Amino acid sequence: MTATLIANVVIAGLLTGLVYGLMALGLSVIFGVVRVVNFAHGEMMTIAMYVAVLLFGAFKLDPILAALPVAALFFLFGYALQAGLINPFITRPEHSQFILLVAVATILTNVMLMVFGPDARNVQTAYQLDSWAVGQIIVDKARAYAALCALVTTAGLFAFFRFSRTGTAIRACADNHLGARIVGLNVKHLYALTFGLGAACVAVAGCMMTLLVEVAPSVGPSYTLLGFVIVIVGGLGSMPGALLGGVLIGVSEALAGLFFDPSAKSMISFALLIVVLLFRPQGLLGSRT
Amino acid sequence: MRLRLLLGALAAVLSALPCLAGNYVLSVATLALYFAFTGQAWNVMMGFAGQLSLGHSLFVGLGAYAAAALFVKFGIGPWAGLWLAMALCVAAGVAIGLLAFRFGISGVYFALLTIAFAEFTRIGFDHIGWLGGPGGLFLKVGQRTTIDLANLRGTPAMFYYVMLALTAGAFALCAWLLRSRAGYYWQAIREDEDAARALGINTFRWKLLAVAISAAMTSLAGVFFAFYYNNLFPEQIFHISQSIEIILGPIVGGVGTLFGPILGAALLTTLADSLNNLVAAMGWDIPGVKQVFYGVILLLVVMFLPNGIWPPLAKRLGLARRA
Amino acid sequence: MDRRSFNRNVVVAGAAAALSPFGIARAAGKLKVGVLLPRSSYEALIGQSCQLGADLAPGVLKAMLGVDIEIMSADTESNVNTARTRAERLIEEGAHVLVGAFDSGQTAAIAQVAEQRGVPLVINIAAAPQITEQGYKFVFRNFPTAGELVKNGLSLIGDLFQATHTVARSAVYMHVNDTFGQAMTHGINALLPRLTQLPFKIVETVAYDPAAKDLSVEVSKAKAANADFLLLVCRLNDSIVLRREMVKQRWHPMGVIDPGSPGIYEEQFAKSLGKYADYIIDNPPWYNPKGALTGVVEEAFRKRNPGEKFVYHGLNVGYTFEAIMIAADAFKRAGSTDPKALADAIRATDIDKRVMLGGPIKFNPKGQVDGNLSACVQILDGTPKVVLPEYAAEAKPVFPWPEYKGA
Repeated sequence: MTATLIANVVIAGLLTGLVYGLMALGLSVIFGVVRVVNFAHGEMMTIAMYVAVLLFGAFKLDPILAALPVAALFFLFGYALQAGLINPFITRPEHSQFILLVAVATILTNVMLMVFGPDARNVQTAYQLDSWAVGQIIVDKARAYAALCALVTTAGLFAFFRFSRTGTAIRACADNHLGARIVGLNVKHLYALTFGLGAACVAVAGCMMTLLVEVAPSVGPSYTLLGFVIVIVGGLGSMPGALLGGVLIGVSEALAGLFFDPSAKSMISFALLIVVLLFRPQGLLGSRT
Repeated sequence: MRLRLLLGALAAVLSALPCLAGNYVLSVATLALYFAFTGQAWNVMMGFAGQLSLGHSLFVGLGAYAAAALFVKFGIGPWAGLWLAMALCVAAGVAIGLLAFRFGISGVYFALLTIAFAEFTRIGFDHIGWLGGPGGLFLKVGQRTTIDLANLRGTPAMFYYVMLALTAGAFALCAWLLRSRAGYYWQAIREDEDAARALGINTFRWKLLAVAISAAMTSLAGVFFAFYYNNLFPEQIFHISQSIEIILGPIVGGVGTLFGPILGAALLTTLADSLNNLVAAMGWDIPGVKQVFYGVILLLVVMFLPNGIWPPLAKRLGLARRA
Repeated sequence: MDRRSFNRNVVVAGAAAALSPFGIARAAGKLKVGVLLPRSSYEALIGQSCQLGADLAPGVLKAMLGVDIEIMSADTESNVNTARTRAERLIEEGAHVLVGAFDSGQTAAIAQVAEQRGVPLVINIAAAPQITEQGYKFVFRNFPTAGELVKNGLSLIGDLFQATHTVARSAVYMHVNDTFGQAMTHGINALLPRLTQLPFKIVETVAYDPAAKDLSVEVSKAKAANADFLLLVCRLNDSIVLRREMVKQRWHPMGVIDPGSPGIYEEQFAKSLGKYADYIIDNPPWYNPKGALTGVVEEAFRKRNPGEKFVYHGLNVGYTFEAIMIAADAFKRAGSTDPKALADAIRATDIDKRVMLGGPIKFNPKGQVDGNLSACVQILDGTPKVVLPEYAAEAKPVFPWPEYKGA
């Protein structure tokens, strides 16, 4: 168990964690503001991955470049989904929301199965298997790019919510629904906007993911679960929290895998979730409402 | 009076089913009853006490493994084994409840907590070599033509009746619970927990009771599962999809009602199976088609019948009053 | 649907089922084979591949044996509950024989139904040993058990070293922690010490979660063991992730050898990895490229599936075809579709001409065929090719692989 090995593992865990954080970012935004339990989150990301794969197949468009147009597309899709389908469910009990989105997830997964078949697909960019070697430390290029993208996206989103009018308005809705309406904010529109933004984040995450993993119709549910774990650990509605949660999960799983049995490493994330839920349910960077 | 008639007719048909139907219909009916029973058990926690559990597969799995381990390793039959199963599940449920309620976890957070515990257990059991690990725990399957009720070995009809008895028992228990003091306290807690507490109800204790009862009932489903399927894999029995299947019935049928879970489970199981046959008959043999239909129907039900199918149905049948 | 019409439907369905002729008095002449496979959900890819074998069987068997077969297909949806009810349904609809179901859990459920109803089940693919240890009289399996898989796989590694005149002293063993991986691990741990002609020892074992999307830690750990080669038991998805990770982490052992799991020989593997798929070795139970029936089956496959390459489906198609062939051959000898007669006829099966590698198809008293063999398959130029045993070889084995720079 050399220092090099530990260093390599921690760095890999960190980078992977940032990408997971990006994946959870969209969920944090949606869950934090609209308070909808989006159990179709993983499936939405899967669709984004398929779109990225198709674009690469047709136009040799690098997923990093594809992120922008796919995000725009998903923004519209998210907006429509929220305004059209999900809005009436905001006031409904959680179990109704849950079933609604489980139904949506089932439909999406199986439509994907029908359209794309069960084969896994992927992109093959030139740099995908490259790595930089710094002495004994090896850094995976694709993962590094994806992590960078995660940081940029988070920073952008954070700035939007902190400094723009619309962003402030959205935060107002999240903090005090009734107050926001009294002040004259178009809450329905703002919610839809938020869902659209969340979906756009998911789209970016999906594009980044295609650099790292393969996409098949069945990959959605595990990402949904992972997303929720990260969001809870990092803090609801906190964007840096999503990244922090992701990094925490990524690194702790990596270390658990190194020192103990790798096949049990996911137990760490669930243990972490339980501990956070019990002792700090607002998450590490979240604020108590 | 109407209710009694309807119940009587239902009981008659269900009791006579093995004589009327072949093994295929019986297997579907047994499955429907299984989900009716587990749905009813889940309903105690959610519908009565308002606590959303998305990790009920934990109790199914613990119950199943407990009874199966006793049978395979020590030769102890299921009728003795089920006590260990129940005890284990009640302990697990109370532990989760204690942790959650002490720390004020509720709503979605509570649901996520239950998922975390179920997943944690799933991976954990994948690493318990003594219970077979991921390779599974297999029960020795004996003679299938003679009925050995003591060891739950027998014909499909036997299993059907066992499940029917369990479901009927659950129904009776829930009916009694609803009308008892517990039922009223639960309703108060469900509607407004703070107000209930203000009235002096020890909400903590009553919520814990709901969890304990729900867990104990679900453990019995686990025992049944073990002896019906004769093999247990952590990946299957603790999986979140099991938890989701359990709650579909009550939500579609009507959370918090007595008939809701049974109706919902019956409808969904029949629907799933009919869709299979329909899709095959229409020649749409594309994998995934049936699940799309299923998802769409689920979507429609949850969108247009927010309280489930039973409440509007009961009103139409003139059986209104909380049932 | 309200409860009244639901009740009505149940009664009607029940009456229909009760009146349908199950069991006795079936019209002889056509054999109805119920094929249960996971065609949707997690195992869809392999299930659909097996289905291709089922679909081509009637044509080939009619020409070969002169018997009429009707295939009744059902999707188990990779789910135990569904497998059970679908099996019941097929039997109710008149299936004389069942074939399936790839997944051990689902196959075990179907086996119980088959045994209960006295309808023979011929298992095409499923490795869990327990299935043929239950004392069933109606369950037959023409596929090696996990123990046999391991024995054949490990022996072939010894043959490989001999054929390439290499000696490897240490291996790091990585395996997926699921049903299959665990069975293989048990087998390897039990058998490796006894196979003294094999020169290597396992110096480190790394088990990983089949659902893990990121295997960088596992590969780091394995690489740090500094073993001669990687012994790998995996599934398709993780094999691709692992190989990629090996490249990223610049790990160049002597080679990667899989004692017999699925994944490496599948089309997706070579497609996803391009040149990085080359030289990887797997020892699965395989079809004999020079087998007596292989040509006929391959021809039928090509006609029905012009876009597909047989080599990627050979294992699934071959074993599924053989399972149906066993049923057809028994039907011909028994001369009736009575399930008990069929079961007795299956028990007496002795088929020499095969698609798959191994001895004649003969069932031992437990309903298991002994003597199914594996092949050493290596990816060369992006295609899996049989390199051992020599009598079935299509190319010469390459080991160590070119990227190995020496110790």
